[in-house]
Amino acid sequence: MRLDEYISKDIAWCPGCGNFGIRTALMKALEELNVDPRKVVIVSGIGQAAKMPQYVGVHMFNGLHGRALPVATAIKTANPNLLVIAESGDGCMYGEGGNHFIHTIRRNPDIVNIVHDNQVYGLTKGQASPTSLKGFRTPVQVDGVILEPFNPIAVAIALDASFVARTFIGDVEFTKEILKEAMKHKGYALVDILQPCVTFNKLNTYEWYRENTYYLKDHDPTDRELAFKRAIETEKLPLGIFYINKNKETFEELSRKGDKTPLYEYKVNFEKLKELIESKKS
Amino acid sequence: MKDVSIVLSGEAGQGIQTVEHVLTRILKNSGFHVFATKEYMSRVRGGNNTTEIRVSSERVRAFVDRIDILVPLGKGATERLKKRITEKTLIVGEGEFIGEEKGEKIVVPFLEIAKQVGNRIYANSVAIGFLSGLLGAERSAIEEQITRQFREKGENVVRDNIRAAMEGYRRGQEFSEKVGFDVEKDPSIKDEVLLNGAEAVGLGAIAGGCNFVSSYPMSPSTSVLVFLALHKNDFGIVVEQAEDEISAMNMIVGAWYAGARGLVTTSGGGFALMEEALSLAGMIESPAVIHLAQRPGPATGLPTRTEQADLNLALYAGHGEFPRVIYAPGNIEEAFYLTQRAFNMADRYQVPVFILTDQYLVDSFYNLPGFNLNELKVEKYTVKTSKDYIRYAINEDGISPRGVPGYGEGLVRVDSDEHDEFGHITEDFDIRVRMVDKRLRKGETLKKDTIKPKLIGDENYRVLLVAWGSTLEPIKEAIEGMSGVALLHFSQVWPIDDSVVEHLERAEKVVAIEGNATGQFANLIRQVTGFHIKDRILKYSGLQFSVEELKKKILEVM
Ligand SMILES: Cc1ncc(C[n+]2csc(CCOP(=O)(O)OP(=O)(O)O)c2C)c(N)n1
Ligand code: SF4
Repeated sequence: MRLDEYISKDIAWCPGCGNFGIRTALMKALEELNVDPRKVVIVSGIGQAAKMPQYVGVHMFNGLHGRALPVATAIKTANPNLLVIAESGDGCMYGEGGNHFIHTIRRNPDIVNIVHDNQVYGLTKGQASPTSLKGFRTPVQVDGVILEPFNPIAVAIALDASFVARTFIGDVEFTKEILKEAMKHKGYALVDILQPCVTFNKLNTYEWYRENTYYLKDHDPTDRELAFKRAIETEKLPLGIFYINKNKETFEELSRKGDKTPLYEYKVNFEKLKELIESKKS
Repeated sequence: MKDVSIVLSGEAGQGIQTVEHVLTRILKNSGFHVFATKEYMSRVRGGNNTTEIRVSSERVRAFVDRIDILVPLGKGATERLKKRITEKTLIVGEGEFIGEEKGEKIVVPFLEIAKQVGNRIYANSVAIGFLSGLLGAERSAIEEQITRQFREKGENVVRDNIRAAMEGYRRGQEFSEKVGFDVEKDPSIKDEVLLNGAEAVGLGAIAGGCNFVSSYPMSPSTSVLVFLALHKNDFGIVVEQAEDEISAMNMIVGAWYAGARGLVTTSGGGFALMEEALSLAGMIESPAVIHLAQRPGPATGLPTRTEQADLNLALYAGHGEFPRVIYAPGNIEEAFYLTQRAFNMADRYQVPVFILTDQYLVDSFYNLPGFNLNELKVEKYTVKTSKDYIRYAINEDGISPRGVPGYGEGLVRVDSDEHDEFGHITEDFDIRVRMVDKRLRKGETLKKDTIKPKLIGDENYRVLLVAWGSTLEPIKEAIEGMSGVALLHFSQVWPIDDSVVEHLERAEKVVAIEGNATGQFANLIRQVTGFHIKDRILKYSGLQFSVEELKKKILEVM
């Protein structure tokens, strides 16, 4: 089975959009890791980014705006043998789904959380997103954004997320490598991908990202304090793996006491149920 | 008297629940039928809460206004019960707790007796013993139950509490002849189980193959979450307290997608947040089981009281049009069997299935023989997918085979957007129409599994009472012995079985009885059948109907 089989052929992204590069990086990462598409589920929310699973030949759960993470957590828990990817836009993951973002990190399911961070709402035509920079003008934020931008990397590290990375899709190869690391990592892995929206975000262009980012070098990702320092840099945005904590047990391991049997194989223990009912005699 | 109603009244935190728990078990294990129900304030300490325990020679399953024995456990505890106290009420307790109310009074210095035995904290055990003595419960049952209750606190505590109870027992016995309670014992009742509505829902879920529960706490639905959490390790159930109801419901839908059998337990305010994901389940044709324990609204309403006003919520929740099933168990047995069934129905028809209970049902309990587990089956309808598997294949009955990721060769692709047969987003108007039709066809197909309403009472009725859910037992008891009256009770409120029409048409007069202010179910019947039920007995104070109240109101409308 191939990753471009059995997909929706009608790709609804604008020419030049960063989403294409993310798709390429994602498919290459899966291919290079030799993952069987029948073992992969992509869960998304709603938005332009959220259309991704339509265009990749794996299992797909295209759910509701902001709700990819609870769904992905449940799928991974119900069947720990699957590779589960929750993928959506910054509005979806950090705005509508902000509460789930926090609590999913606390749960630490072994999923990959890919966020297309274009600093704008694409599908609803250009309103500010939680990561939009101050002053960014939109049809709604007519005087420019007045809120502080949300910093997903800093928040994730503050919550001791087990894997935190940022990339820029101007570099597909680099993004692919980071995605591979995230997929191999056990535990919740956030990959925030800076992605130009060529239609609605005229501020954060390919050019802008190139000028305002740099690659993390000689960085020790196991040092949380250092990671946090890097995370709050705003002058230029670091790219790479900020933080890794390998010592965390996953939600599915803890909630299922290590049992990996898919729950569709579950059988009710009627003997035990009988005992339980009997125990209600006194 | 063969049916005694005891009411315990006091502040939260005074141990009413312990007395209720221990006493009902002692009585049941002595061979009496018991029923208990509580109403309580939304606070952790203080306030005034009451528990009614009925003890009887025959099965009892409903709330009565009558108080035969009132046990005030604190100052002012009789205050709120004035209307229910009569000359015949026996008020038992500390002198200072017995109010000015009428009724025959027996002063029993529970505290003093407890102190003599060793410590004032044994007062509740004295009370338990006293009531046991009054009713003629068995000493061995008291010993056993007190031991069970205090085992974890050590031998001394057990021994002292038993002594306290026995001292109470002795005093209770002294009064018993004078009072003249004559509840007959039936030793076979000892073998029965005591269950409340929440436990019945929890057990039903386990029997239905439930293996994934995600919820956010909200009274009165939380007890189901607590019950399943308590037994999760024995049955391998994933139990998660989600960050909110939105997450809980999305998790359940995700869990079913991956082949688990998920349940959420919630109440109106929580369910309001789940509506979004209910609609998702409708669109992606996901099964879901929702236990919605009703309490009075709107908004936060009366958090710890009862009502039947969320029928419309369950019925119309979610944007767009899609089929669903709504069960409304009338009693504890139905709560078990219908919850079990809910999982099979959800799996079979790929629709959300509701179990609509309420605080009254969830918090009430009685003895019953148990359940017939032999006839229960966990019916699974998922298929092993082939390489060319198509999730939303359009067919006659509207039910496309449901695969799960990882089981078989195919890909399972679902989308909350309108989609084609492959699950891919589409804006093609013809496909849209075909998909809507397919989903609604499923709704037609599932009608063949509709539970018929039960007719109880006089077959040759002139007056037909129509009710649903937890009013079943109070109405049943109210119409006992009345001729010309029957109850048509619905434990499935959506879809409604067609047979309802002939029942309605046979009656000279039809009266709806509901625990809400507008007669939601009567309105629904009119919408479905055109039959207008004008006469309605409605209650929305936050309390369940009492048997006496119903009797009076039914006689009035006859
Ligand atoms: C509950 C809900 N609210 C609002 C919307 C409308 N909506 C669709 S996509 C979207 C924002 C998308 O922005 P983002 O997640 O950043 O993704 P992008 O389109 O930029 O890739 C919104 C608000 C919706 N579908 N559901
Ligand atoms: S609107 Fe923006 S994010 Fe959406 S496809 Fe077009 S360029 Fe990409």
